[in-house]
Amino acid sequence: MPDGSIGAPIKRREDRRFLTGNGRYVDDINRPNQTYAWIVRSSLAHAKIKRIDTSKAEKAPGVVRVLTGADWAADGVGGLPCGWQVIGKNQTPMHEPPHPALVADKVRHVGDNLAVVIAETRTQARDAAELIDIQFEELPAVVTMADATKKGAALVHDSVPDNICYDWELGDPAACDAQFKGAAHVTTLKLVNNRLVANPIEPRSAIAEYDASGDHYTLYTTSQNPHVIRLLMGAFVLSIPEHKLRVVAPDVGGGFGSKIYHYAEEAIVTWASKKVGRPIKWTADRSDSFMTDAQGRDHLTTAELALDKDGHFLALRVKTDANMGGYLSTFAPAIPTYLYATLLAGLYKTPVIYCNVRAIFTNTVPVDAYRGAGRPEACYLLERLVEQAARETGIEKTEIRRRNFIAKAEMPYQTPVALQYDSGDFIRNLEDGLKSADYAGFAKRRTASEKNGKLRGIGLATYIEACGIAPSAVAGALGARAGLYEAAEVRMHPTGSVTVFTGSHQHGQGHETTFAQLVADGLGVPVENVEVVHGDTDRIPFGMGTYGSRSLAVGGSAIVKAMDKIIAKGKKIAAHLLEAAVDDIEFANGTFKVSGTDKEIGIGQVALTAYVPHNYPIEELEPGLDESAFYDPKNFTFPNGCHIAEVEIDCDTGEVTLCSFNAVDDFGKIINPMIVEGQVHGGLVQGIGQALMEDCVYGEDGQLITGSFNDYSMPRADTVPSFTVAANEGAPCTHNPLGVKGCGEAGTIGAGAAVINAVIDALATRGITDIAMPATSHRVWQALQQSKA
Amino acid sequence: MATTTVSMTVNGKKVSADVENRTLLVQYLRESLGLTGTHVGCDTSQCGACTVHVNGKPIKSCTMLARAADGAEVTTIEGLAVGDKLHPMQEAFRENHALQCGFCTPGMVMSAIGIVERNKASLDEKTVRHELEGNFCRCTGYHNIVKAILAAHKTMTA
Repeated sequence: MPDGSIGAPIKRREDRRFLTGNGRYVDDINRPNQTYAWIVRSSLAHAKIKRIDTSKAEKAPGVVRVLTGADWAADGVGGLPCGWQVIGKNQTPMHEPPHPALVADKVRHVGDNLAVVIAETRTQARDAAELIDIQFEELPAVVTMADATKKGAALVHDSVPDNICYDWELGDPAACDAQFKGAAHVTTLKLVNNRLVANPIEPRSAIAEYDASGDHYTLYTTSQNPHVIRLLMGAFVLSIPEHKLRVVAPDVGGGFGSKIYHYAEEAIVTWASKKVGRPIKWTADRSDSFMTDAQGRDHLTTAELALDKDGHFLALRVKTDANMGGYLSTFAPAIPTYLYATLLAGLYKTPVIYCNVRAIFTNTVPVDAYRGAGRPEACYLLERLVEQAARETGIEKTEIRRRNFIAKAEMPYQTPVALQYDSGDFIRNLEDGLKSADYAGFAKRRTASEKNGKLRGIGLATYIEACGIAPSAVAGALGARAGLYEAAEVRMHPTGSVTVFTGSHQHGQGHETTFAQLVADGLGVPVENVEVVHGDTDRIPFGMGTYGSRSLAVGGSAIVKAMDKIIAKGKKIAAHLLEAAVDDIEFANGTFKVSGTDKEIGIGQVALTAYVPHNYPIEELEPGLDESAFYDPKNFTFPNGCHIAEVEIDCDTGEVTLCSFNAVDDFGKIINPMIVEGQVHGGLVQGIGQALMEDCVYGEDGQLITGSFNDYSMPRADTVPSFTVAANEGAPCTHNPLGVKGCGEAGTIGAGAAVINAVIDALATRGITDIAMPATSHRVWQALQQSKA
Repeated sequence: MATTTVSMTVNGKKVSADVENRTLLVQYLRESLGLTGTHVGCDTSQCGACTVHVNGKPIKSCTMLARAADGAEVTTIEGLAVGDKLHPMQEAFRENHALQCGFCTPGMVMSAIGIVERNKASLDEKTVRHELEGNFCRCTGYHNIVKAILAAHKTMTA
């Protein structure tokens, strides 16, 4: 395999700058004459603002300006927009209350933005912020969804009765009820999908700069999608047209979804930069991150599975309450609906599915997509149900899956929940996973553990996800307020090197390497002659950014389309130079050839000719070799796989040790296996984190109890083992030019369910068949104590 | 705000400045010296992204005042490579895909060198995982970081 072609595990080109301290993250950037912002945040979860006195702060050393919600309101600037409108039962649109960047009337969660202090240094801004005197009238806070939906509960937004944002359904409830009536067995579970904090290690940061001479703004921000921020902030919040606003997202230190959204601080510093006439930098500390980065998950669900006497699934009925927090974050409404309910078929042929979702406002930090976004919740629900049904019916847990799997031969498969799967070989993933995990040898290992006084369990999660988001027409029909295509430009230079401009954004995924590989492969040029540029609205034609495991499937496909145009034009140039008909020109491995002859010319020579058009069909063809393309996917892609966890439990302490984790995934075709494996490893640990330790906890008054890394427990190197991961490339995506499906979220989707199923498998030997996430040693120990009683 | 003059050697170069007494070492490195390779990821000494070497030992530079490092020899991620030649630990991270977004990486590398230094005679996966627990990585799941440190141990002790 030549260096750099598709399928080669080449080392990442971006590594050198990160390893030598030369990465360029937003907080590393400083602009001449820069000031610093500190945001004053609410210490209360729910309170009316009676008075904000900024007079002392204004006189503090170094202070340039203090601005409050009153200033924001007085300027008549907009609130932060929501990018997705969900239509509920009876065609009732969701409630969409205003979301001001700085609040003037009342605060709705701890951390809500009250004022901004701009000073010569960050410490001066922070010191002055302490001098701002705020008088609140505290209101009762609704923290849990149960509290928020009680009769007479305090309202987070006066305009939203009962705190219900929407009440939405998918499927026919009557048809579902009828299936349940004929069932031989019904398995029911009540599940909590615990709230998580994404916690990329780089805190968010934003620098805004206003150039009065050109009436032009520049915003540097920690974003997964700078063009989306330009659109949302420019068009909806500050009324700055696209040509007057440049958004740059340079190196970004992890996102996991939390850096998709348009945040108040971006708008605040951009708005204020014109007022103070100097650049303003804001960087979150970790407390800011906990209080303002959109959080994830937080579902309460009742799920029922109806089976016939042979263990075939007849119907699934799901009722979920999903916490939105205090405001609607950018894509929040779509997560528990179109990225959750539509995945409830899983890998199974369940003929009838009904799902009802209510989205609830509470006095907590807003919730939005976090790695997996709706799909881990769907997978957790299904795979918990399947293993519980196996226990209840006595059908072995791999057998019950086999009986209900959609077969490879049944593809494409139309599910009852709107999606049409294009490809997948679920049984092969299962068989490979069982072999890899030595499933057959588990009984022996359990016996060995029990000899040492320990419990041992093995748990599976088979999953499918909808990625490559998304066909714009479908997304639009479902309420998206944007198209979800991707853009690319491929610029072949006169000397044959190539610059690729992509609307995808990398913040760990290695696009600079992977995209260079696919271009090197497509154009037949050395990989080191290809450079990938991303993250700057002034350099990239357009972009929808990186989330939903879409970069390669959608962004990569846009690059392929642009390369196709380069090759098509190159054929015309080659035909002219080789004195042949265009239809007779073939292109492969960087060479244009007249078919059936030995006449050929390299793409480098063609590029040079395009820019030095002395001998050139100038009447028919423009000079230059620079093409852009937009790619709108035809369908979602459907990565899928089989994850198997094995755990051991210490009965005296309740401590769960993850002994092994085996993952077999189908991501379609793979460009760089090294990078793909890395994505799986990282995803797994976030899923394992949810299962065993991560939990975002609020007090009854809405105070964030887990507001720092001291309190919010996340996996460290010694909490996880090394993993065994493998990929099946036998069922590539059928509708994009690369055959790729996406790999960014898979680990997180399967891991949580697999680990909890393993924990329950171990505890079931003591009669325990339910445990909530996270299965901390305290929780497991308590369950063991109760089982003895 | 009271200030102190601090002098130290950073990456082999003598530096000196007046800093506010409350200035943290990481602030001094990033803001006064422009050494932005050292990162801040939390405010509670939990994440380790700010790890540098002070007198040859890894410390979290968000937990040390600049004035406490007066007279010290400080090495940051920028001081590891010699010209174009990466330090064996940097090379092992690159070779084993032990980094993704790169933000925790400088602190990881500095901690990792400390692990190898403390365990020259022998090093196994369990020890690496245990001694790495002061550094968070949210991207890699640690798998490849552990691999890289074990590989670097071989080259560094060969």
